[in-house]
Amino acid sequence: MSSFTLDGADVAFTEGQTIIEAARVAGRFIPSLCAHPEFPAHGSCRVCTVLVNGRPMSSCTTKASEGQVVESNTAALNRDRQALVQMLFVEGNHFCPGCEKSGACTLQSLGKELGVTSAGFAHESPTRPVDASHPDILLDFNRCILCELCVRASADVDHKDVFALSGRGLHKHLIVNAESGRLADTGMSLEDKAMTVCPVGVILKKRQGFSTPIGARRDDVQTPRQRLEAGRKP
Amino acid sequence: MTETLRRIAIDPLSRVEGHGKVTLLLDDAGHVHEARLHIVEFRGFEAFIVGRPYWEVPVIVQRLCGICPVSHNLCAAKALDAVVGGVPPPSAVKLRRLMHAGQLLQSHALHFFHLASPDLLFGFDSDMARRNLMGLVETHPELAKQGVMLRKFGQQVLEAVYGKRIHGTGAVPGGVNKHLSLEHRDEFSKQLPQVKQWALGAVALAKQLTEANLVRHAGFGTVPSAMLSLVAADGSLDLYDGGLRAKDAEGRLLFDGLDASSYRQLIQEEVRPWSYMKFPYLSALGPDAGWYKVGPLARLQVCDRLSTPLAEAARQELIASSPRTIHAPLVFHWARMIELLHAAEDIERLLQDDALVQGELVSTGERQREGVGVIEAPRGTLIHHYEVGDDDLVTRCNLIVSTTNNNQAMNEAIRSVARQYLDGHRVTEGLLNHLEVAVRAFDPCLSCATHAMGQMPMEVTVVDSSGAVLSRAERGAS
Repeated sequence: MSSFTLDGADVAFTEGQTIIEAARVAGRFIPSLCAHPEFPAHGSCRVCTVLVNGRPMSSCTTKASEGQVVESNTAALNRDRQALVQMLFVEGNHFCPGCEKSGACTLQSLGKELGVTSAGFAHESPTRPVDASHPDILLDFNRCILCELCVRASADVDHKDVFALSGRGLHKHLIVNAESGRLADTGMSLEDKAMTVCPVGVILKKRQGFSTPIGARRDDVQTPRQRLEAGRKP
Repeated sequence: MTETLRRIAIDPLSRVEGHGKVTLLLDDAGHVHEARLHIVEFRGFEAFIVGRPYWEVPVIVQRLCGICPVSHNLCAAKALDAVVGGVPPPSAVKLRRLMHAGQLLQSHALHFFHLASPDLLFGFDSDMARRNLMGLVETHPELAKQGVMLRKFGQQVLEAVYGKRIHGTGAVPGGVNKHLSLEHRDEFSKQLPQVKQWALGAVALAKQLTEANLVRHAGFGTVPSAMLSLVAADGSLDLYDGGLRAKDAEGRLLFDGLDASSYRQLIQEEVRPWSYMKFPYLSALGPDAGWYKVGPLARLQVCDRLSTPLAEAARQELIASSPRTIHAPLVFHWARMIELLHAAEDIERLLQDDALVQGELVSTGERQREGVGVIEAPRGTLIHHYEVGDDDLVTRCNLIVSTTNNNQAMNEAIRSVARQYLDGHRVTEGLLNHLEVAVRAFDPCLSCATHAMGQMPMEVTVVDSSGAVLSRAERGAS
């Protein structure tokens, strides 16, 4: 089987796999955010950037090839990842202490993984009202990181096209595909794939918040790194 | 009237969390006519909770305070029990009571040992550099250790039931989110004999210090007023639930057994332009005569008895210490330690109940648009009121926190102390110290009342009848 090295360890891959896919199969953790195993790579957040033969490449979009020398766990890369995560925090309104996704939020766990202890940049503090029009689902746009996973899940799996991104640059934001702009006027339902893919706390089942006690939440039990490394073969 | 008064302001107060400023207004004869405890920060939880989903509320509003967040968590959840139309199952109620007792125990230990005992042990006028927790550690290491260990026990109970020692997520609308584990139950049961022993020692110490200081500072900040508390149907003190009962300054019953949701008929809130903290009063008595005290001293005199034997015996001793209703702020500390003992005994009783480790945790029913919760927080009666739209977002919020309920009482105590200790027109170190001690008897934290953040520096200014500043002193945060 073909292989490359990741931080000095051999990682086997099959033809067509990306670096992050092969690393995941091998139980090797590369910090990532928008790369979801069930969807084609998007390459938008750049958190999974690694050095491939010395060049920075996003590991979710770069195919693995024989003999590559991949570096991920370096001080410089982790510093850049930290800055990327800080920028995502300050672009939205992320109040972890009052957020029901705390303990099961990929952005939060990534922040912890990378040692983010402060905002690092000035807060943008955008005005983003919540959409509570749907009887069973709440949208809290304050926490959107524009990963587009819900857009893709709704389009590719649910075939409903409920979500889209609108605007450019700092004004880019998630919208709902209805003339009224309200979720209640779309075909969104609790069974949709789009309900399950949000890495942060935007798409929420109503009236469920805080029902899981501290200590039993997803990332309390195992961090994303621990979950992945638990599957590593000796 | 005010144009003929002089003004003195005190800013900042140390060991009172939040930010406070005292102004002393003098009349033409140089006597203190009025004392104003200004609360100059504004946190605005009532405003920014509007538009948020109701199930977030118990977790968000508890951030009002780092000393007694559990009280806000529980009170909000109680208000929202009504919104989700549920009556929390027996297990949930008992787990909430356990949380509440753990909270009371740790908060009272902090208030007395860490914040107030240095004043009482070393004297109000003693060196500031020594009159603090570190001074206590140096001179009374065993006492300091007991205070720390008592607080630790309360916090361990919280961690077990509410997920964290500070700012957990235990109570949810309609119930709670976890049981107590068997391991924790056994661990706490083992620790309780020692905890009760320490609590008994704390009651004895608080009694001794209170009585000694009352001799030295006769009439210190004492102003008679009505008192308010929650009381169970059988007349015993109920810190978690029950009906509202009020007594007048002589201990005569004003009302009893009133439902929490009637608070708007019972209590009005007056706004004064010089403070962000409102001034509540009993509607029936009007704004001038209707102000009241809440908190340990009020509770022990409003109720008929405590439901636990050791604490009830201690309460009887406190009541017997005076032929009349007690209004001296310094006695709050004695009452506080009796409640700490009560909390320890209550935890012991609750731990024997299997409902803590098994049983249904949440109950919901027909959705309602409004809910009121009332609880006896460590500092006194706490009221949360929410209105929620059909879309599950909060449309209105009103909080009357314990410190706000004591607002006029603190102002009156400050005026009384200033009259006694103001030396001419100068703000002396002694005056600063005495004013601080008076505020701290009621409350170490003004932040939740104004919903303000940070440590509390304090400033005192004396202003004469023409508005000119005669004297000003300030002290940084400790």
